[in-house]
Amino acid sequence: MADEKLTQIFIMGKAYDVPVGVTIMDAMEYAGYRFTRGAGCRSGFCGACGTVYRREGEYRLEFVLGCQEMVEEGMHRTQIPFTPAPRTEYRLAELDPLENVLLQYYPEVARCVSCNTCTKACPQEIDVMDYIQAALRGDLARTAELSFDCIACGLCTMRCPADIKHYHVGQLARRLHSVSGSPIPEHLTRRMGELEAGQFNKELDELVSMDLDGLKAKYAERVIEKAVDPEEASA
Amino acid sequence: MSTLSYFPGCSLKDNAKRFEDAAFFVMEQLGSPLEELANWTCCGTVYSLTSDDLMRQIAPVRNFVRTQESGSDEIVALCAMCYNTLARTAHRINADEEERTKINAFMNKEPDYEGSVQVRHLLQVLRDTVGWDALSAKAVRPLEGLKVAAYYGCTLVRPDEVGIDDKEHPVVMADALEAVGAEPVGFPFEAECCGTYQIVDEPHLALEQSGRILRSAARAGADVIVTACPLCQHNLEQAIEALSAEEVEGLEKIQVVYFTELLAAALGADEAQMTPVVRDVLAACVPAEGGV
Repeated sequence: MADEKLTQIFIMGKAYDVPVGVTIMDAMEYAGYRFTRGAGCRSGFCGACGTVYRREGEYRLEFVLGCQEMVEEGMHRTQIPFTPAPRTEYRLAELDPLENVLLQYYPEVARCVSCNTCTKACPQEIDVMDYIQAALRGDLARTAELSFDCIACGLCTMRCPADIKHYHVGQLARRLHSVSGSPIPEHLTRRMGELEAGQFNKELDELVSMDLDGLKAKYAERVIEKAVDPEEASA
Repeated sequence: MSTLSYFPGCSLKDNAKRFEDAAFFVMEQLGSPLEELANWTCCGTVYSLTSDDLMRQIAPVRNFVRTQESGSDEIVALCAMCYNTLARTAHRINADEEERTKINAFMNKEPDYEGSVQVRHLLQVLRDTVGWDALSAKAVRPLEGLKVAAYYGCTLVRPDEVGIDDKEHPVVMADALEAVGAEPVGFPFEAECCGTYQIVDEPHLALEQSGRILRSAARAGADVIVTACPLCQHNLEQAIEALSAEEVEGLEKIQVVYFTELLAAALGADEAQMTPVVRDVLAACVPAEGGV
């Protein structure tokens, strides 16, 4: 620890010396913060750790995930662990996937002025404005497709001058599109049948009755699926 | 002739789909197919009259940037309101380097708008590039005997700097229909306002305006009114329903369609693809003789 290289960052306005080469989230924990909210998968998938920072001397804000971005000297950062953007209530099964359904539940979509601030705030590099524009013209399939990688961190929504709840709009579009616009995958139907027939009940019961040490051992021994090389798969 | 870079607008993907479908067919027949601009965004809906709120000019400017990226310096609009918003912004921002610089600075990390994109309406393309003779030559089903009232509304012809024709007595849409064999009928409300968005909050105002237009066209003996704007079209359709009980000669049979729908019919569009209203118009007014 003594020979570890340190760098200075600012966490919510206060200076801390933290190790070089760690993520923003690890740096916060190093500085003594404990996460009870605003931390989830720590792998860049759950969207709980939306983070905003400004580099020394820069006029622009940057938007990242705290668990993914490395600390930089002089970074001023804060976390936005929650976005106050309540989701409209709807019953998916009762919705008609018509062109105006997104506007009906999220009418503020029509306030979009195409400023593209949402896109610039997206740590997932999604074309957020383009999917909101697709929503505006009732194109459910395009909204669903473009918003597919959304992890609902909410940074777009916090930045939008038109108060659009982008990630909820994308989610509704994907739900509607999956019900009405895309084919039901064969393997899913097959697996659902297996589940309903109780094919995996025995394994599940075993896990439930296992003690903590047994579970830990099982977790350590788990077989991790080999990543598929797309070129190999198509060959 | 080459492909035209085309800006659709939101309504043309939704309740005015038939306006666009017919335009695609017409331009295909004329050998200048429309190619939809990639990643277009809302035009901005209404041109902002404030001089200091440049944020409202970004939507149209962004579409010009995407036009540039497509390798074109011209974009063709079909919806009259989109045309108006885009054309007025082009007129303003192309001439104002300072405003362009401000907008480009705001859109940082994105390509700059260079200020050279021109906006045209499809009717201008038909008149100035295709020409009435070429349009006429493609009319395999001339609309003989069909009396057409061309309704322009406001946004195609005003203000002067973007108007595609004379703002008091425009003729371009009537000329297009005449080129395919229809008989244009003049009526004094051709460039009056339809009532626009008042149809939402104060429907009686919009219906009064659109009602005057309908009655005037009916008295002039029109079988059908043609429009170039989804909002004009909507208001006139609403007025037809509202006025159906009235006794004005000709009002009971008058229909409202987009001008492209009639051009497509004349250029040989498949009847199965037409809306029932267009089929009605054709059945009632075009003599079956002549083989089609």
